[in-house]
Amino acid sequence: MKNTLRGKAGKLSRRTFIVGSAAAAGGLALGFNLQSGFGSALAQSADDGVEVTAWVLIKPDDTCVIRVARSEMGQGTITGLAQLVAEELECDWKKVTVERVTPGQNLARKRAWGEMSTGGSRGIRTSHDHVRRGGAAARMMLLQAAAGEWKVPVGELTVADSVITHAASARSLSYGKLAAAAAKLAAPDPKTIRLKDPKDWKIAGKPVKRLDTADKLDGSKIFGVDVKLPGMLCAAIKDCPVFGGKVASYDQAKIAGRPGVQKVVKVKDSAVAVVADTWWRAKTALEALPIVWDEGPNASVSNATIAEQLKEGLTAAVTNGDRRNGDALKAIETAAKKVEAIYSTPFLAHATMEPMNTTVRISAEKAEAWVPTQNAEASLAALSEASGVPLAQCEVYRTDLGGGFGRRGGTQDFVHKAVAIAKEFPGVPIKLIWSREEDQAHDFFRPISQCRMAAGLDSDGNLIALHVRICGQSINATLNPAGIVNGKDRRQLQGLWEEPDAAQLGYTVPNLLIEYVMRNTHVPVGPWRGVNTNQNGVYMECFIDEVARAAGKDPLEFRRALMSKHPKHLAVLNAAAQKADWSRPLPSGIHRGIAQFMNQGTTTAAVAEVSVSDRGQVKVHRMVVALDCGHVVNPDQVAAQIEGTVAFGLTATLYGECRVKDGRMVDLNFDSYPIMRLAEMPKVEAVLVPSGDGWGGVGEPSISVVAPAVLNAIHAATGKPVRQLPLKNVKLV
Amino acid sequence: MAQLNINGSIRDVEVEPDTPLLWVIREQVGLTGTKYGCGIAQCGACSVHINDEVQRSCSIRVADVKATDRIVTIEGLSSNGSHPVQKAWAAIDVPQCGYCQSGQIMAAAALLKRTPKPTDQDIDEAMTNICRCGTYQRIRAAVHMAASDTSRT
Repeated sequence: MKNTLRGKAGKLSRRTFIVGSAAAAGGLALGFNLQSGFGSALAQSADDGVEVTAWVLIKPDDTCVIRVARSEMGQGTITGLAQLVAEELECDWKKVTVERVTPGQNLARKRAWGEMSTGGSRGIRTSHDHVRRGGAAARMMLLQAAAGEWKVPVGELTVADSVITHAASARSLSYGKLAAAAAKLAAPDPKTIRLKDPKDWKIAGKPVKRLDTADKLDGSKIFGVDVKLPGMLCAAIKDCPVFGGKVASYDQAKIAGRPGVQKVVKVKDSAVAVVADTWWRAKTALEALPIVWDEGPNASVSNATIAEQLKEGLTAAVTNGDRRNGDALKAIETAAKKVEAIYSTPFLAHATMEPMNTTVRISAEKAEAWVPTQNAEASLAALSEASGVPLAQCEVYRTDLGGGFGRRGGTQDFVHKAVAIAKEFPGVPIKLIWSREEDQAHDFFRPISQCRMAAGLDSDGNLIALHVRICGQSINATLNPAGIVNGKDRRQLQGLWEEPDAAQLGYTVPNLLIEYVMRNTHVPVGPWRGVNTNQNGVYMECFIDEVARAAGKDPLEFRRALMSKHPKHLAVLNAAAQKADWSRPLPSGIHRGIAQFMNQGTTTAAVAEVSVSDRGQVKVHRMVVALDCGHVVNPDQVAAQIEGTVAFGLTATLYGECRVKDGRMVDLNFDSYPIMRLAEMPKVEAVLVPSGDGWGGVGEPSISVVAPAVLNAIHAATGKPVRQLPLKNVKLV
Repeated sequence: MAQLNINGSIRDVEVEPDTPLLWVIREQVGLTGTKYGCGIAQCGACSVHINDEVQRSCSIRVADVKATDRIVTIEGLSSNGSHPVQKAWAAIDVPQCGYCQSGQIMAAAALLKRTPKPTDQDIDEAMTNICRCGTYQRIRAAVHMAASDTSRT
């Protein structure tokens, strides 16, 4: 698709970006100080501060302004990244504030802050090294400055809480007094930077309070939808309800004279926007505007036709990627016992609480956008591509996101649409906000899929063969066709991979065949918090429970027997089981289920305690969720993410479904796309078992174990497996 | 033309009478702490107090609000974030993205006004606002904490 970060502007900027990437990869990010000629680049910088390194600006009052390149959408990355910088900087945490880097600054400074994309739970796990180095280098420069001031060896100095002390002469100076001198020094040779051992951490690793809470409590935080600019107009948009359709005609005379309305704009081929002085006037005028659609070839697609399409793939001859060892098909055929099941999961919308929006102002020499974005560099590229304004004359001001969950990353459709409207109003800021209905109608949905599972057991009930065939839509086919190599799309098998780093299957099976069959529909799909591990986790973990039951074995013990070669997975499974007291009898009517999975470098496991009423009503009482993310930067925020993933996963389990009828999405608001509420929230117990081995993400991984743990508990309660989601469609008793 | 009493100030607004109170607050009055989430009174992001009761402002026409009705938005809940609910929210680090939290806080403040020591069931029944980040466990804890704040008036 055109509207991805691989668009034309991306090409324009490729040379710069490659240069920048190389510089960052070489650890040279620290070389770009104020003195290198970019002193005025940071429009948001406090005017009374001094930049020591790209990551650290210090004010005379000792305030340390820590720069953050990743986007904050609630996951706590601002606080966690600042903790890592502050730890190495040895600054006074009470005097830390943060500043959000813009992609224009990053580009102008040869990507001094590295990658800005915030998805895949990468905020910390792919920047811990360079941000800590940024803090350490600043500390070294400040120490060097003090040594120069006092003419003593650096080795005689100590530093704590932003104060450098020379004990022998009883002198001390705070960072605020030394910053100007430090900034004039050359950055240290990266090879000389020694990062602390995490066991010595004093700020990182601690449950410090978030840095971004205060303005969320009094209404003063400015989200993208709250942006106000002089002379700004507001736009509402409606895209053809059937994906792939077009605008045939519209009758703007019908809304002429409505208060505040300025203009009707056709946006590309498929959408119409109304621009007015307020958004409410724009929205209501748009609703009153008669639009005739050319719905195109997809207007008869429905849930039923898609289900048939996927079902065909479950037995199709050609696959789009697999992993295998032994001969699973033969081993299942000749096994003492055979177990089979077919599962399915639906399309899901992200439903960020803040609907999609972008504010754009375009003049002859400049294009600016205010965007709640998970990928500010992709927003910048989209702004340049759509506006035709050269990249160097574009800037994106990030607002923190009212939810992201993968919706606000690579697609940037909101930027493209806002630019198309703003081009009609040179010099005038245009704020485009989607209605909830538009947001639900034109998401990039979690892919729909079906899965056929088959297992073979030997006469002792050991799993000797497993065949997994997943048939469904490909995210890469919508957003990143280059990710499909020779017809193979590895991404859809996330969580079932053999490779150890990111999303490895935790089981060893002597005969294993895992296949993906691509069947794409006209519905656009994209990454949805946790991406493909959510669906794949349901398939694998619910089926393993079914197989364990067929073998007459305890689901926990059955799993353990398959996990001896995956000690990290096993340790987390054991931690969850222990905390949940797996073998302890439960009160009458309450049943347990267990699941484990890996995603984004983090192994997770959950135990759910669930009851099912006589009328089939499910209540989740307690969820114990264990997680090994390698290093924990802020245990309270990791716990918060675990709590959040339980709610996110339970919403999908209980309610989540976006139906297709007549080629369009039919669940357009929270009345038919319910989100779980407080009364349904179980008691969540987060169990952090960091192994110190690697750095894993925490924003997403544990979602993948929520649904299967709950479904397995329901299976225990009712004696019947649940093989389709959401539960609202399943008659349990 | 309508006259509104918002956060103790009388505001005259020029607007069509069927405009939802939410959008008058956001676009005519200019207070953006009250959020749009669904427009159909499902999510509660638009919650405000009208005469001390929590209401979903997306589904109230401005024409149905009397000039004498006392409207309080998140900006008017306290002068400096000192309401016990705001203090409890800060102490427990409730918010994640924060978008729904104005509405959550207004719902909690209204609950405590009428039920100073709410049970879990009271909280279940009163706190029906959607939080997509899933901060519910902390919301429950923070409501209890605010209820036990002895400085509360």
